[in-house]
Amino acid sequence: MLKKIVIANRGEIALRILRACKELGIKTVATYSVADREQKHVYLADESVCIGPSTSAESYLNIPAVISAAEVTDAVGIHPGYGFLSENADFAERVEQSGFTFIGPKAETIRMMGDKVSAIRAMKKVGIPCVPGSDGPLGENPKKLMKTAKEIGYPVIIKAAGGGGGRGMRVVRSEAALLKSISLTRAEASSAFGNDVVYMEKFLEHPRHIEIQILADEHRNVIYLAERDCSMQRRHQKVIEEAPAPGLTEKTRKKIGELCVKACKSISYRGAGTFEFLYENEEFYFIEMNTRVQVEHPVTEMITGVDIVSEQLKIASGEPLRYKQADIKVTGHAIECRINAEDPETFLPSPGTILHYHPPGGFGIRVDTHVYQGYKVPPYYDSMIGKLIVHGETREHALSRLSMALSEIVIDGIKTNIPLHQNLVQDTAFAAGGTDIHYLENKLGIK
Amino acid sequence: MDIRKVKKLIELLEESGIAEIEIHEGEESVRISRDGSNPAPQTMISVPSVDSSSSVQTQLSNTESSSDDYSDEGEVVTAPMVGIFYTSPAPDQPPFVSKGQNIKTGDVLCIIEAMKIMNQIEADVDGKLVRILVENGDPVEYGQPLFVIDPS
Repeated sequence: MLKKIVIANRGEIALRILRACKELGIKTVATYSVADREQKHVYLADESVCIGPSTSAESYLNIPAVISAAEVTDAVGIHPGYGFLSENADFAERVEQSGFTFIGPKAETIRMMGDKVSAIRAMKKVGIPCVPGSDGPLGENPKKLMKTAKEIGYPVIIKAAGGGGGRGMRVVRSEAALLKSISLTRAEASSAFGNDVVYMEKFLEHPRHIEIQILADEHRNVIYLAERDCSMQRRHQKVIEEAPAPGLTEKTRKKIGELCVKACKSISYRGAGTFEFLYENEEFYFIEMNTRVQVEHPVTEMITGVDIVSEQLKIASGEPLRYKQADIKVTGHAIECRINAEDPETFLPSPGTILHYHPPGGFGIRVDTHVYQGYKVPPYYDSMIGKLIVHGETREHALSRLSMALSEIVIDGIKTNIPLHQNLVQDTAFAAGGTDIHYLENKLGIK
Repeated sequence: MDIRKVKKLIELLEESGIAEIEIHEGEESVRISRDGSNPAPQTMISVPSVDSSSSVQTQLSNTESSSDDYSDEGEVVTAPMVGIFYTSPAPDQPPFVSKGQNIKTGDVLCIIEAMKIMNQIEADVDGKLVRILVENGDPVEYGQPLFVIDPS
């Protein structure tokens, strides 16, 4: 087992990683920016190192600062969490070159799956169903571009190869708008990702977002941990996630799960990972793979009983997976609400001091958060301040527990999206289950 | 010391523009002063010592002096990066600077090693080096105070 690791992240995921380390007897080093001195996990860690000023670029994205922190503390591994450097192949490479264990896949795997075009190609090769598309980067020839779009069939979506996570995309509904949309998306991609390569896919009108969680060790053992439905999104950001996906049969789960396992084996995947799909008319369409732990991992933990972060640490320590596929059973239903420090209607960020904090509790209630009464939410980072997760015997049971928990939770002093969640838990369509990825924006009157 | 007398003195101070008042009565004394940042007057009462040959005035300081705050001694040079602090260019060589030395802007004060790269840290003020706060081989974090240079 790794003896000591650097937690190269902040907020709730840093605390999550710290807890998993403590359970396993792994010593922890918290790395934090000047603005983040008073984070809960910094106080709880065995050691802590200030790595830079408040801006992400100078701290959490500062590769030499993070690796240097591992050096000065004699850590043996680095856990990148999610976001920040977690899917930066250069970072993973430099970590390993500096003699530390990167808790995640190999750098070349991250690189391949980070380029959306090469990822789709690799997945197609192993039989993963993909969205009908250009099957490669778009060229410059207008006639060819129009022909490709016509073959795919409007509406189409133009996506940046260097994008992902909802960034760098544009929908085109008619041929008249095609060429302009492509050049606009190219220009945006170039400035946002330093890479102007774009590709085209069929735009699905009413898909759900369903993703498959996998775990792979260094001994070629790979398992899938059922699926999550993350269709409740706003501007491509997930708001509510649940597991399992309402209406999905065990047969369908097995089919797509086994395909993902096969894909992992073909690319010698290592660690935790998630295959993201659009699901429409009972068909799966691969969109991207996330080569890290995800924000919504707790809902999978609640229904399978598997501690995903703990498994990441064990895999990185070289241990074989202790679960076989037959051991993985889906029990009950779990729902997670992302709690953000933002105005529930305008969605403008709301940093500041949390004057009153009362978490909900009870049977089947889990709160993953780093905040505490008196904590100052800084303005420099993502607005997510915690996750409220519920588990129930059935989806209805989970929903009633969620309603109960949302009536109890108090976060005062800053604005949060708790009122939005309270609204959604009463929504009839959400209660029925199976809403698509456009549902929330339509409900809120966006678009 | 009669508590009513002390109360009266506090009232006097509050009503007037007096900043500080000290009264001696035999071996006892009381000093009441108004702290600029704190509108309430503070009372320091001293008691006579057991040794009656001299009355010792004990004063309670109401300002917390943090042992880590050197900013009143000069400019504090802080670490611009995480790494290992070295006082000299190489193990067998003398240190870059020593306490009491006159420093000019641009003088190399130390090295911080990060990811096998030796980064020279330079002074950005002129002055006298009054404190060296870390030792050779210490790990340092971003913002950690390293030196104090008195520019006066």
